[in-house]
Amino acid sequence: MPLEVRTTATLTEAASLLQADRGARFLAGGTLLMRAVNEGDVSFSTIVRTTDPTFARMRAAGGRIELGAGVTMAQVLASRELAFLHPVARAVGGPAVRTMATVGGNLFAAHPYGDFAAALLALDARVQLASGFGAREVVLEEFLASRDRAPRPLVVAVSFERPADPAAFRFRKMTRTHPKGAAVVTIAAYLPTSGGRVSGARVALGAMAPRPIRARGIEHALEGRPLTAEGVAPAVAAAAREGDPPTDALASAWYRRRVVGVQLRRLLLGER
Amino acid sequence: MASAVQLTLNGSEVVAVAAGGESLLSLLRQRLGDASPKAGCLQGTCGACTVLVDGEPVLSCLMLAEAAAGRRVETLRGLADGPRLHPLQEAFMDGFAAQCGFCTSGMLIAAKALLDREPRPTREQVIEAIAGNVCRCTGYTPIVEAILEAARRMAGRRG
Repeated sequence: MPLEVRTTATLTEAASLLQADRGARFLAGGTLLMRAVNEGDVSFSTIVRTTDPTFARMRAAGGRIELGAGVTMAQVLASRELAFLHPVARAVGGPAVRTMATVGGNLFAAHPYGDFAAALLALDARVQLASGFGAREVVLEEFLASRDRAPRPLVVAVSFERPADPAAFRFRKMTRTHPKGAAVVTIAAYLPTSGGRVSGARVALGAMAPRPIRARGIEHALEGRPLTAEGVAPAVAAAAREGDPPTDALASAWYRRRVVGVQLRRLLLGER
Repeated sequence: MASAVQLTLNGSEVVAVAAGGESLLSLLRQRLGDASPKAGCLQGTCGACTVLVDGEPVLSCLMLAEAAAGRRVETLRGLADGPRLHPLQEAFMDGFAAQCGFCTSGMLIAAKALLDREPRPTREQVIEAIAGNVCRCTGYTPIVEAILEAARRMAGRRG
């Protein structure tokens, strides 16, 4: 049965349609939903999309950065103000995927995808949602925990504080194929230091659980420690206890637990 | 639920009726008779269906046909100038950069997107430009060489 496509002029209309129809799914860049269409997924009957210009709007100049959910990875890469996020956007697919794939869509990407969502977790991002009842904002971690529950709210934008020191934001993705591939492990970290010691670290892991997660055991082990081989050893040891890594065609859960600490140590020590 | 989609295809205004949920790839191949973008994985993994929309590379299998309405679509069919091949096509032919040929359409379009933006790319930029395009025959080296060679020839002609 052919799908019904509803194109709305505003995000509010799109949110109402999604709220009213459990068989409706929202289309942003298409890299997730059109995949499902091409596979013959019959769990939805309506595609909702919007031409609302605010959906792809980017406010990146100030201290609080706001990215519309329809902002693409290519748009992120074209923004000088978002240079610290370029390694993350570049990790998402090849150029054609990046022309299409959106910030909002990445929050819904199933394992092992969702590298941008992991980076946003490390930046302590908030998610703006719209539903038929109005707008609200939730922290990203809370959003990810309930993202698959129907009715799905419409993600309008994400926002986060610009890192005071862009070099304190680090990102690392391990893949089996080069230059591109899906993640064996993805690590994003915000590592502010004070007097040479880590203070208030946020560490997020991708591909180490069914969805990107904050790694509080690692964060705890880093607090007050210098970023030296000896200083990071407890955090590296804690890494193997994080999450609930899936076994898939790329890596087993056992391997992910073994390798995450190695990748974390390289990220923390700035090694290649 | 069908809808009429009007777009510019390789410089010509065209219109076609898209079924609900139909992709741009299907619209091009089934409705508009342009089979130059290839239907490979239909999952966004292989890159064989790559076309340019408003000058940017997209995977036509993952683009809803309606999303291309009013936009400028370029496919491999529009790459040659009549009987005169594009320098990329010549370089691919001269360098044996195609074996089975299934990925070639997407490779050429991905390469054109790069050269339009960056006429003198480095090897790293070429590799990044085709990172989303899978080739199971050549081992990629002849393709990378052909793209670099095409860039050199085009620079020489402009020279």
